[in-house]
Amino acid sequence: MQVPAHFEYEKATSVEHCLALLAKFGPESRVLAGGHSLIPMMKLRLAQPETLIDINDLTELGYLRVSDGELRMGALTRHAELLSSPVAGEHFPILHDAERVIADPIVRNRGTIGGSLCQADPSEDLSAAFAAVRAIMVIQGGAGTRTVPAREFHLGPYETVVESDELLTEIRVPILPGSGSAYEKVERRAGDWPVGAAGAALWLDGDTITEVGIGLAAVGAAHFSAAEAEDALRGEPATDDSFTRAGQIAAEHCRPISDQRGPADYKRHLAAELTVRALRRARGRVRGGKG
Amino acid sequence: MTAATKEHEPNGAYGPMRRKEDARFIRGCGTFVDDIQLPGMLHGAILRSPLAHARITSIDTLAAEGHPKVKAVITGQTLAELGLAWMPTMSQDVQAVLATDKVRFQGQEVAFVVAEDRYAARDALELIDVSYEPLPPVVDAHRALDPDAPLIRDDIAGQTDNRIFDWAAGDRARTDEIFAAADVTVAQDMLYPRVHPAPLETCGTIADMDKVSGKLTVWSTSQAPHAHRTLYALVTGLPEHKIRIISPDIGGGFGNKVGIYPGYICAIVGSILTGKPVKWMEDRSENLMSTSFARDYHMHGEIAATKEGKILGLRVKVLADHGAFNGAAQPTKFPAGFFGVFTGSYDLRTAHCEITGVYTNKAPGGVAYSCSFRVTEAVYLVERMVDVLARELGIDPAELRMKNLLRPAQFPYTSATGWEYDSGDYPRALRLAMDIAGYPELRREQAEQRARPGPQPGHPGTLMGIGMSFFTEAVGAGPRAHMDILGLGMADGADLRVHPTGKAVLAISVQTQGQGHETTFAQIVAQELGISPDDVEVVHGDTDRTPFGLGTYGSRSTPVSGAATAVVARKVRERARIVAAAMLEAAAEDLEWADGRWQVRGDPDKGKNIAEIAMAAHSGLELPDGVEGHLDATTVYNPPNLTYPFGAYICVVDVDPGTGRVRVRRFIAVDDCGVRINPMIVEGQVHGGLADGLGMALMQVIAFDPEGNCLGGSFMDYLLPTSMECPSWELGTTVTPSPHHPIGAKGVGESATVGSPAAVVNAVIDALAPYGVRHADMPLTPAAVWRAIQGRPLRSDLAIT
Ligand SMILES: Cc1cc2nc3c(=O)[nH]c(=O)nc-3n(C[C@H](O)[C@H](O)[C@H](O)COP(=O)(O)OP(=O)(O)OC[C@H]3O[C@@H](n4cnc5c(N)ncnc54)[C@H](O)[C@@H]3O)c2cc1C
Repeated sequence: MQVPAHFEYEKATSVEHCLALLAKFGPESRVLAGGHSLIPMMKLRLAQPETLIDINDLTELGYLRVSDGELRMGALTRHAELLSSPVAGEHFPILHDAERVIADPIVRNRGTIGGSLCQADPSEDLSAAFAAVRAIMVIQGGAGTRTVPAREFHLGPYETVVESDELLTEIRVPILPGSGSAYEKVERRAGDWPVGAAGAALWLDGDTITEVGIGLAAVGAAHFSAAEAEDALRGEPATDDSFTRAGQIAAEHCRPISDQRGPADYKRHLAAELTVRALRRARGRVRGGKG
Repeated sequence: MTAATKEHEPNGAYGPMRRKEDARFIRGCGTFVDDIQLPGMLHGAILRSPLAHARITSIDTLAAEGHPKVKAVITGQTLAELGLAWMPTMSQDVQAVLATDKVRFQGQEVAFVVAEDRYAARDALELIDVSYEPLPPVVDAHRALDPDAPLIRDDIAGQTDNRIFDWAAGDRARTDEIFAAADVTVAQDMLYPRVHPAPLETCGTIADMDKVSGKLTVWSTSQAPHAHRTLYALVTGLPEHKIRIISPDIGGGFGNKVGIYPGYICAIVGSILTGKPVKWMEDRSENLMSTSFARDYHMHGEIAATKEGKILGLRVKVLADHGAFNGAAQPTKFPAGFFGVFTGSYDLRTAHCEITGVYTNKAPGGVAYSCSFRVTEAVYLVERMVDVLARELGIDPAELRMKNLLRPAQFPYTSATGWEYDSGDYPRALRLAMDIAGYPELRREQAEQRARPGPQPGHPGTLMGIGMSFFTEAVGAGPRAHMDILGLGMADGADLRVHPTGKAVLAISVQTQGQGHETTFAQIVAQELGISPDDVEVVHGDTDRTPFGLGTYGSRSTPVSGAATAVVARKVRERARIVAAAMLEAAAEDLEWADGRWQVRGDPDKGKNIAEIAMAAHSGLELPDGVEGHLDATTVYNPPNLTYPFGAYICVVDVDPGTGRVRVRRFIAVDDCGVRINPMIVEGQVHGGLADGLGMALMQVIAFDPEGNCLGGSFMDYLLPTSMECPSWELGTTVTPSPHHPIGAKGVGESATVGSPAAVVNAVIDALAPYGVRHADMPLTPAAVWRAIQGRPLRSDLAIT
């Protein structure tokens, strides 16, 4: 049996209490959300935090609602809750597409969207999906609250802008009319991390692309996104030709690495192929298709 | 219908009966090794080598010994003083228990800590300081015999290279002649990559040496408790009657739990040193990285045929990667297992194979994972070669198989490499599979799809592929004249006691790991004695309570111990006949066994059932000669031959060429394992094996990077298929009884694992035919499929670069 090293355990009763505990126990303490990333790492002794601060009682961070023209989700929202939320699916089908292929029901029942984003795994599906829809992260610390765009949230693999005495509390996604979105992922098996994945959000005026977001996971894309491909699409007609060009640009700008999921050339190919497929499906959805 | 064939009919106690053992399993009331807590029990943990090949220059255990909860730290040196640093393997090699000189694979056992709890044991591992001097590793089996390859086994006197053995079968000269003269010959390289049985319960043991009685009790995840007991006696020098092995419930074995592992020996030594029971349970990564792997066969196949498609010969060269120690568990005379059956299900005039086993810096093993001693590799080879030939000749693979399958009248059939197939009706099984599949319609659908433009970039779209395999298994090892493990002949005992009220207790040596022995073996006894399976208790998994036998692997339980069970039940029945004769005041010869009781021939009203007879046998009734009292009997069954189950499998896949993803749309499996004792259990075995085979074909592999790091050491890296990847299996049955087995049964535990990978791979390759792909190695992950389409296939045994 894999067993973690010794650690202390604290249960936070409120966001303020959590922040106080984080301040008290310092950088060697870690927040415990769903535990589906942190606990495996502790069992493998890749992580050896001195103190775990359990936030699972913070029900005030488990919600999903529309207000002020934004979809707002508490950081402790479970994957399964996002997946079963009609309001999330209505405005951002990309989130349901992604959730459907993240892990398995057991992980989704417990794992949280905040934990997923803070884990900052380069293959994290939600990081790509939230990059595509240009989400805004709300971070709370002793000094107060700040917001950070999704694309500035990650500093690198397993590293985010959240300081050791801060907490990610909320994810906000602005709701703008005329949008469609979709997520495409290739994995080796159900429940596996992506070999490569692409998400797309499109805003159309007639046939013209007024705004677009492309998110990429597991292919070494900077900020989980394909900014150059987006630039090439803005103002263009939403045709297969434009999409194919965008896919090529997205592939050129990512830097995948070879591992046992696949060689770099294949992942680069996937970046292009899945970007095109996601864009096509997103377009279908703007036009009212369920697809 | 003659009496002899009547016994082969499923009737009486045979049939789809729910498993008796499930009553405890579905309630979570099973007892596995890790559930067992003994008073004062200590916990062990193993320090493993981070390097694949390195000389150990020093081991400092002082800090670990100073840990307040640590009771003992054992190193190779401790063991060397006891003469236990090395243990024999089942292939006439030795394996380091704890390394003394070098480490030879990543994950090799270096030190063992015994502590008050498993947390402390793990903590203490971090306090042990080992200095290594790294050596270049041998990772690529193809480089193992290079003149400048580092010598892995410098511990073996006289070993100058990394060669383990050369073994050949068949007639080389004749095969060469046939190939020289054939219309068509085709060659294909293929790798059956390294895979791991990965049972959900990992391996583990509790050793308890009783200081007073000197008796060692070992609770262990063992598929072969009696073999373990004898091996421990040989290794440790403890008297065999002072060793008791208990295998409680086992959470899957698949060959992973046949051998003994260093951790078991360390736990025993730990218990001797501390005077307390010591539990050692490996974790998932330890299981995947250090215990018996399977396959790793690099094969070069050649097939010869006439242009009409009559297959004439098969020629194979294999490079077999056995890892750092030759730990393959197989009958002594068969260093390549039963690979010699590679002529498969076809009427070949000639065949030849040569196999070279090599050492590499990888974990030892070689025969595990439901492979029937390498029949898996053999079937994969021949079934891929037949498809390669079909492509070459432009003949439908089903037609080519039908043309070359052995005919029923040819049985018993002696193959070109000397195996005597007991019985079979192959065309019937293939026809049934094709009927269930609707084969002509599938081909029509495929032709229509191929006539349309294929999937375009950026558009989801799929290519349909249809693949089949026809396998013949060779199971039930085995005849003791040819087959032994460590000198122990492969015959099994069975004891049957019948209580006065007619309830029976059967004791057997084989060990279920999920096969349902408590049910099927009760059904065999019930069938023979005319009682209910509920009235038969099956005792197994405890060497103090069961007769000797070699255990469960190679699908041998029903062929060997199942036969022993039928034979011992018939012995009881014959005793009962003598007692019944006395009860009925008739001559024993005048009694016949009918409707589950002995009755006077021609007078069905005069009869006695087993319960009545058993009570009489225990009563004051004057017993005639031939019965000492009671009905109990014992037997040892030495199988006259292996049994040869077979089957026809058809797989339909849809491949997305834009992503390389494979979806298995349908899988049709027709199995013939002779008489089915419990068809429901047979189907369960087939379902499990199909999932395994699909997993091997599409996702399972343990590869190594250039430093010899194991790249399959967790379930994130070593993927097991889920229900999402498995279609709803479509099963079919034919029944061709084994003529030499007392109830006509053949083994089935591994059939589906053996037969299915080739069907899946053949289907994927068929789908990729429009791209001119003729072969790609397992596992056919999306990346592997896409690379095959690009004409740049991946090498699946090495790290992807
Ligand atoms: C078998 C399996 C399969 C998986 N498959 C996928 C997959 O296909 N795709 C995918 O994208 N993911 C996958 N995952 C990852 C899974 O989605 C995440 O592990 C999980 O949801 C992370 O969330 P958590 O709540 O469990 O985080 P935890 O494990 O509790 O925490 C993760 C990290 O985030 C920190 N943290 C958590 N919450 C906060 C917060 N509010 N503020 C600041 N820091 C915080 C923790 O301190 C920790 O460092 C898989 C995981 C498993 C176990």
